[in-house]
Amino acid sequence: MDSIGILLSAPWLMLQLAVDGVLIGALFALAAYGMALVWGVMNIINIAQGEFVMLGGFVTLFVAQAGYHPLLLGVPASAVALFVLGWIIYRLIIFRIVDGDLFISILATFGISILLQQLANQLFGADVRTVSADLGSVALFGGNLVVGWIKVIAFFAALLLGAGLFLFLKFSRLGQAIRATSQNSRAARILGVDTDRVYAATYAINAAICGAAGGLVVMTWFTHPFLGLPYTVRSFMIVVVAGLGNLMAVLWAGLGLGIAENYAGFILGAEFQAAFIFLLLVVILVWRNHRLARRRMVLK
Amino acid sequence: MKSAARIRPAAYLVLLVASLTAPLVFSNYVTQLAFLWVMVLFALTWDLLGGQMGYNSFGNIVFFGIGAYACAVVQRDWGLGYAPGLAVGMLAAAVLAVGAAAVLGAAILGLRGHYFAICTLGLGIAAGELAAGFDFIGAGSGLVTPVFPGEIDERNLVYYYLFLALAAAAFLTLRWLYSRQFGLGIRAIRDNEDKAEAMGIHTTRYKIAAWCVSAFFLGLSGAGVGNLIGFIDPRDVAFAASTFGVWMVLMAILGGSVSIWGPAIGAVVFHVTQELFWTYLLGWQRVALGLLIVVIVVFFPQGITGWLRTRWPALFGNVPVGAPGAAEGDAEAVP
Amino acid sequence: MKRIRSAAGLFAAATLALVLGLTVGPPASVRADTITFGAAISITGKYSTNGANTRDGYDLAVERVNAKGGVMVAGKKYDIAVKFYDDESTPARGAQLVERLINQDGVKFVLGPYSSGLTKSIAPVTEKYRIPMVEGNGAARELFTEGYRYIFAVLSTSDQYLSSAMDLAAEQAQKDGRDPKSLKVVFAFENDPFSQDVRAGVLDDAKRLGMQVIIDDKLPTELNDMSATLNKVRALKPDLLVVSGHAKGATLVTRQTKEMRVYVPMLAMTHCDSAKIAETLGKDAEGILCASQWDSSLSYADKWFGSAADYARDFNKRFGYLPPYQAAESTAAVLVFVDALSRAGSLDTEAVRNAVAGTDMQTFYGNVKFDSTGKNIAKPMVLYQIQNSEYKVVAPTKWASAKFMHPMPQ
Repeated sequence: MDSIGILLSAPWLMLQLAVDGVLIGALFALAAYGMALVWGVMNIINIAQGEFVMLGGFVTLFVAQAGYHPLLLGVPASAVALFVLGWIIYRLIIFRIVDGDLFISILATFGISILLQQLANQLFGADVRTVSADLGSVALFGGNLVVGWIKVIAFFAALLLGAGLFLFLKFSRLGQAIRATSQNSRAARILGVDTDRVYAATYAINAAICGAAGGLVVMTWFTHPFLGLPYTVRSFMIVVVAGLGNLMAVLWAGLGLGIAENYAGFILGAEFQAAFIFLLLVVILVWRNHRLARRRMVLK
Repeated sequence: MKSAARIRPAAYLVLLVASLTAPLVFSNYVTQLAFLWVMVLFALTWDLLGGQMGYNSFGNIVFFGIGAYACAVVQRDWGLGYAPGLAVGMLAAAVLAVGAAAVLGAAILGLRGHYFAICTLGLGIAAGELAAGFDFIGAGSGLVTPVFPGEIDERNLVYYYLFLALAAAAFLTLRWLYSRQFGLGIRAIRDNEDKAEAMGIHTTRYKIAAWCVSAFFLGLSGAGVGNLIGFIDPRDVAFAASTFGVWMVLMAILGGSVSIWGPAIGAVVFHVTQELFWTYLLGWQRVALGLLIVVIVVFFPQGITGWLRTRWPALFGNVPVGAPGAAEGDAEAVP
Repeated sequence: MKRIRSAAGLFAAATLALVLGLTVGPPASVRADTITFGAAISITGKYSTNGANTRDGYDLAVERVNAKGGVMVAGKKYDIAVKFYDDESTPARGAQLVERLINQDGVKFVLGPYSSGLTKSIAPVTEKYRIPMVEGNGAARELFTEGYRYIFAVLSTSDQYLSSAMDLAAEQAQKDGRDPKSLKVVFAFENDPFSQDVRAGVLDDAKRLGMQVIIDDKLPTELNDMSATLNKVRALKPDLLVVSGHAKGATLVTRQTKEMRVYVPMLAMTHCDSAKIAETLGKDAEGILCASQWDSSLSYADKWFGSAADYARDFNKRFGYLPPYQAAESTAAVLVFVDALSRAGSLDTEAVRNAVAGTDMQTFYGNVKFDSTGKNIAKPMVLYQIQNSEYKVVAPTKWASAKFMHPMPQ
């Protein structure tokens, strides 16, 4: 194949693709942290994940347009704004479906995702918007490997946020309550944990993480109202592979996905990149099922 | 039983006459009415898996898209003339769709619960993306289906009756299937798949067969819709996962699967609401749709028929709600 | 067993509600003293930015024509109006809505939607109903090879979009003492009807000029990252990179070539003005070539708007942004109808269709004269280059307001 020829003639491209993949994979992992949290604690698959990313991008955009620094102020502002939004959405809708069927949660959050994306379209317009953090890029190995600083920063921000989340869950009072609720919500309630507040906080924290990711996404690429779905699907894939309640595994899976996607886009051609993501999802699920089925036979 | 036997034919007769004459009376609305039957068919075939068998699929649109493309390719390449081309094309559509359902079913119907749901979502979107990269079927530029040889009013009528016939056939087939052992089998799968398996039901066979039945009708309807719209776009017409693909789920949920009428009612109500939104809420109709979805799912997870049954159990044969076995049994009984 | 009856009854009631809801429907839109055009445009969905441009273009034309006394048809004065529906950027919806416009709203004249894909899905409908459609936003050549009689396009077809950029590259090569046949070009086109048609056009040009196409990538419509293609570009160092992917593609390629330090001496694209790359990306956009149907510096004029510059000023005053060509060509589509209506001397669709076919006029947007397939053959494309963050016309020479700058700044 043609693209493989290019790859072989310029071996440093392999490195470039891998490095880019790792850096963008961290962003995917960020959105996936939140999904794992909500899924694990509340038993809800949040399809509106990508829309939170999209809205986070818009918040950073507005902060930048107001003349403030997009990275220093925009990303935190996105996180705060989305935290509030997440809390409101929980109070309005999510609390009604927390104990319900998982499929109902998929449908309801799907409705929320349509709502948010169409509202964004009506309120902000469908323009593709971007924020430039003016950070430039760094060239290594005599210009063969070029990496945008924003991607590097996004990568470390993702690591930092992940570590912060881990510490929060481990040591803070609310974090402990969240973990207790995820282990056994009834027992937690009996022991005096206000599970409703825990759920609200969990959902809002998820939205905040996605918002921060969105702020980084808008500086790396762009945002527009219909950005969301691929991020939701990626998060889901990452969580399925990594399992619930294992932040490190989520990070590794995210990085792996980033690399796989980059290689696929290069080798199969960009038009099959999206198809690749979605087919990979199918393959992963079938493979997972196959593995489970084997285990089941052993158990029997 | 005797009185019901008298009432039933009368009710069916009224419905039949109404649906046969509707396009003649409301001649300006033929296309919308034709799509009404497509929607009914969507909801019915989705309910077969989602409602009756407990397998919530977001990917049924795949069979619809395969049908649309298969028929269009036959019409384009085989040089058969309009009517024979359409007939052979529809045949090809049905065969390919069923084949795809058998293959895909064998691969992924082993997945349970939400894993199946998300997997089929990925499948639906991937199908559109793959079709958009496939030059033989026009890739991203899409395919234009042949122009109907007669007047446009005739075309609309032809497709109206085609979709009416398809929806009716789907309805009767499903009703018949639900009344057989097949119906009991798939409901056993919904209620507890492991137990069903333990009791000797070949669950995999049932599941694949059910998906094939769905695919058969969806393939045929895809072939028809491709021709009625006249232009097949890979992502927005054929594999329209985010519109048709999701609507079929919503319509079935909206109607509820208390009886086979549930999805049909859901489809009608949804289609009406949708058309009204479009007419009156220029630009905001999708926002309204999102709200509607949330409201339906959060407040009426049992659907219209489920809600009615809770409210007025008498309507549904006077079974006291809450009497465990009885209510369940009623839900399973098939008209 | 009673519930069968009730369920069937419910079903019938719901159907009845549908029919009632629809027949009561919107108020009849065709009034005696108003000529109503119908348009299904993209208010939501992926094309909604350009859909809004289209709508603003139609609205401005309607306001202006009515303010100047409307249109005289057979001695009677009519106001004009447009009835809009939202096609959500999906072809399935577009075709249905146009049918609804014609059947239920009684519209006899249709204005085009935005994008080639949508126009493709609508053309068979207007054709079947024998309703003339004048459109300004469907550029794919396939629209004019199907033998349609009722579709007329005021814009240049998409194969012409980047032809002048290819010619310019060849000229420049000769000036530099190189054989154009030694030029290496990279194509990256979105996988949609419009961009693929642009691609077909430049592929022909490349063949004609003997250039070597070393990469020919399709970009997905869910395009979020172009690094795959740009990495190839960096490895192969072509002389010319041609990209078309609506506003998203324009933004991405401008941004990522700089970030990834991918340098090409010449970069040509479509939609850079609707993506506002000069405004939002500043110096990163410097030197980029961009196809446009129209520019406000061109010396066309008509009696409704005056010159192209006047149009741009009035549009900006009314809507608060400078008109991209998508708006201008939409306005022009209305003007063509108005002109044809006054010449047809009747509101009969067939008479108006024939009058439209016989159009030979100048508008602020350019000359309009249709060939037998319905496309405008009297108006050339222009090619912008972004210089000092402004869109300057560099080709064709007749309209050029600045000299072509080559190569692009590093």
